[in-house]
Formats: sequence, C-alpha cells, structure tokens
Amino acid sequence: MTEEFRPRILVFCCNWCSYAGADLAGIGRYQIDPHFRVVRTMCSARVDPEWIMEAFRLGADGVMVAGCHPGDCHYIGGNYRTRRRIALLRSLLSQFGLDPERLHLEWISAGEAEKFASSVNGFIRRVGALGPSPYRETAARTDGVAAEEAAHA
Amino acid sequence: MPEKIKIAIAQGATCSGCDIAVLDLDVELLRLFEVADLTFAPLVSDVKLKDVEAMEDGAITICLYHGAVRNSENRHIAGLLRRKSRILVAYGACAAFGGIPGLANVTSRKKILDTVYDDTATTVNPEHTRPQTKYVTPEGHELQLPELDEQVKALDDVVEVDYVIGACPPTREMNVKLLQVVLDFVNGKAPLPPKGMILASERTLCEECPREKPEKVTVDEIKGVDYIQPDPDKCFLEQGIICFGPATRGGCDAKCIKVNVPCRGCMGPTASVIDHGGSMLSAFSSILRVSGSETALPEEEIQRLVAKMRDPLGTLYRFTLPKSLLKRVVSERPPRKE
Repeated sequence: MTEEFRPRILVFCCNWCSYAGADLAGIGRYQIDPHFRVVRTMCSARVDPEWIMEAFRLGADGVMVAGCHPGDCHYIGGNYRTRRRIALLRSLLSQFGLDPERLHLEWISAGEAEKFASSVNGFIRRVGALGPSPYRETAARTDGVAAEEAAHA
Repeated sequence: MPEKIKIAIAQGATCSGCDIAVLDLDVELLRLFEVADLTFAPLVSDVKLKDVEAMEDGAITICLYHGAVRNSENRHIAGLLRRKSRILVAYGACAAFGGIPGLANVTSRKKILDTVYDDTATTVNPEHTRPQTKYVTPEGHELQLPELDEQVKALDDVVEVDYVIGACPPTREMNVKLLQVVLDFVNGKAPLPPKGMILASERTLCEECPREKPEKVTVDEIKGVDYIQPDPDKCFLEQGIICFGPATRGGCDAKCIKVNVPCRGCMGPTASVIDHGGSMLSAFSSILRVSGSETALPEEEIQRLVAKMRDPLGTLYRFTLPKSLLKRVVSERPPRKE
C-alpha cells in the first residue's frame, strides 16, 4: 500500500468545557491534524457506550471522549460516570480485539485550547501508528460508509 | 371443529433445553394436541428432513426454531422451515440473539478446530486430521457432515422471522401464554399479535423484581456470586453482585431472582436498546462507588475498580454477542514496518 493512511477519528466533546476548548483552539488558530470530526453532546456522560461501539462498527479508527475536569462537571458528577464507563469499555474493547489505545478519554476545560489541540494531534498520531481498525473491513463490506468517504475525497 | 393446524419444532445449534421447555407444558400439551398435529420435531418423533422437504410450501402453520445458526445444516434447516412454515418463531435466547453458542464469536473457526482436533491435552492427532464435509466409505456410501461457519448468527440474520421469544429456555408460563395465542388464533377468537418480540415486557426486569431496592443503588465493590452468600431480599447490585436486571427485558417472572440467583440477561435487551452489553456496561459502571475524593482520584484507581469485573465480554454478552454491534472479535494487524 503506497497511499498514506488517513485515520478516521471521532471526537465527542461536552458542551460546557471541551467544546468551548475546541472552539477556543479554532479562534487561537492552533494547528490541528484534520482527520477528526467533532460531535457535541451536552455532557460527556451523554456519550452512550453504544455510540462508541457503533462508531467502531462503522469503521472509525479511534474515538476520543472529552469532558470537564473532575470536579468541574456542569451536572456535578456526569464525568465521574464517564470515566468508569470508558475504563470498562476499554477493557471490553480489548477483548473484542481492538487496541484499547483506540478509545481515549481526556479532560479539557473551556480555557485549554492548547490541550485540545495537542491531545487531538497526539491521539491522531497514536491511532495513525496503529493503522486501520480491524473493524474497517467488515464495515466496508456491510454498508456504504467507505464509498461515501471515497466520494468526498 | 376446524381442521388441525400443523406445528413443527426445529433445532439449530441448541442444547435441546427448549425442546424440554415445550414438553414441560405437561397436561397443557393435551390442549395443544386437540388443535394441532406435530409434524416435525426430531426430539420426540421420527420425521426426517426429506419428509419436510416433500411438503408443500407453507404447509406447516407454526414452526418453533430453537438454537443458533452456525453451520451449513442449521442454515439449511432454517431456510427449509421458513419456506414450509407460515409462521416462524425464533424460540429461546439462541435463536433470538445467538445465545451461549454465540460466544464462539470470541474466536475463529480455525482456532475452534485447532483446539478440538489438536491442542487439547487428551488429543493425539499426528496427521492433524480435520472433519471432512464429504467422505465415501470403501463400500461406496457417501457420508456427509455439515460445514462449520466462521461466525455464529441468530435466526433472523439468516431468514425472515415472524416472532421472537427470548429466555433460556422460555418459561412454562411463557409457553402457556404462547399456547393461548395459538389456540385463540386457531379458534378465530383473536388475531395474531404484530410481528416482533412477543411474550415479554416492554420494561426491564428491575420493574418486576420483588427485592428491596434503595432509592439510589450503588456498588461498593464488585463481588463474584460464587464467593458470597447473597442476601435473599436485598438488591443484588447493592450487594456488589452483577445482576442484569437494569438492562434486560422483563417477562420471565424474575425466576432466577426468586431463587437467589442474579439475572444473566437471557431475555435480551429492551426494544429501545441495540446492544445489550453496552447498555449493561453503562448502567453498571455508573453506580460504582469510590472511597475518598473523586477529584483527587488517579485514573489507575478507576482502572483497578473496573478490573474487578471478570471477563467483561463474556459477562456482558453472555447471550447476545452475535446480536451486539460489533458481533465478533477481530485482531489488530501487526504494525506496518515503514
């Protein structure tokens, strides 16, 4: 394969901290690798483990969940639930045969534009080194996501 | 007296517990046989597949198919009974969600065959013989064996299914209800229910659980049910025991709960959930309590907390792996050398 591997990364950002951090990173013109898409949720705890598995099923190479720092959650304790779910989900995903590095949890506050940029860049680099997700092949066979991707490229 | 309807009980990859569950209707069976003839049920009658093949399409009124679909014979029987039956029921957890045989999706066909025919300590197989799907004996008889599939599937992944009944196995009460549905249909008293999941609740098992539940359930520490004597009246989760109640469909009358055994999820997920394991993971991990301050807690501590759950995949998807979002285990390719 001569073509360079372009990872498909999904980033869930909570509305109150991480999305604002992402916004600030844009305003601050931080250089961020373009291979990611952001989904805004009201809280990181709104990210159902089902969604993450659905992302992998559809061929995502990595999923990052970003929320408020412990103690800063807009809903007091949403991120405490998130950190437990992600920890358990990582061990579940490794049993499914995925490298647990493909699921990443990061605390990013509304002011941490630089942290948003560096953690997304770092995550994309690490997933890039892992190569395509093994679920990509099944995804390409079963639905049109890969074709859609090709049409946009 | 209208003409008797024809029923069939077909087997896939099954332990035959579902057959026994039907037989468990005992005296109710007499009511069934007043209106129905058993045309095909390998466990109790000697009817061959070729007899079914000779029937007209749609000749069987209702077929209960139990067991998962994991080899060419299962697929053949599923397809055949679909053609011959007007109503096909995925009966029991294996047909509905893949069930226990579905856990074979944690490995591959090759690894299964290697383990069975080479790797076990008691196997001596220097020629690495594997089962062949065809063999002609010296006398000229051709013998056939089904071919094992790469992946275990639920019945509705292979053929169109009219009704789905979960549980491992469906309880006697569910079977009596099913019988009533059949009787009402035959006697023209009530139309058939709409297609899909039947004989189950739309709520979770927690709704019908008889145990005392505190306002807010928390888990201090995950404990194996094999290490403690559970309190018969308190919520299992409150005692640290993984119970699938919050993520599992009710409708089984909480049979396990009543004999002090936590729910393992054989009724499958509720209608609003796709992935049973993901739903349970979400519910369960959210109520894990930590001692001390959450803000000062390092991530490693959280890892240690959840690591107490033994075999998350096998626990969370005990009955539903083939119906989960990811369906089967994969393996990462070794990193490419640049």
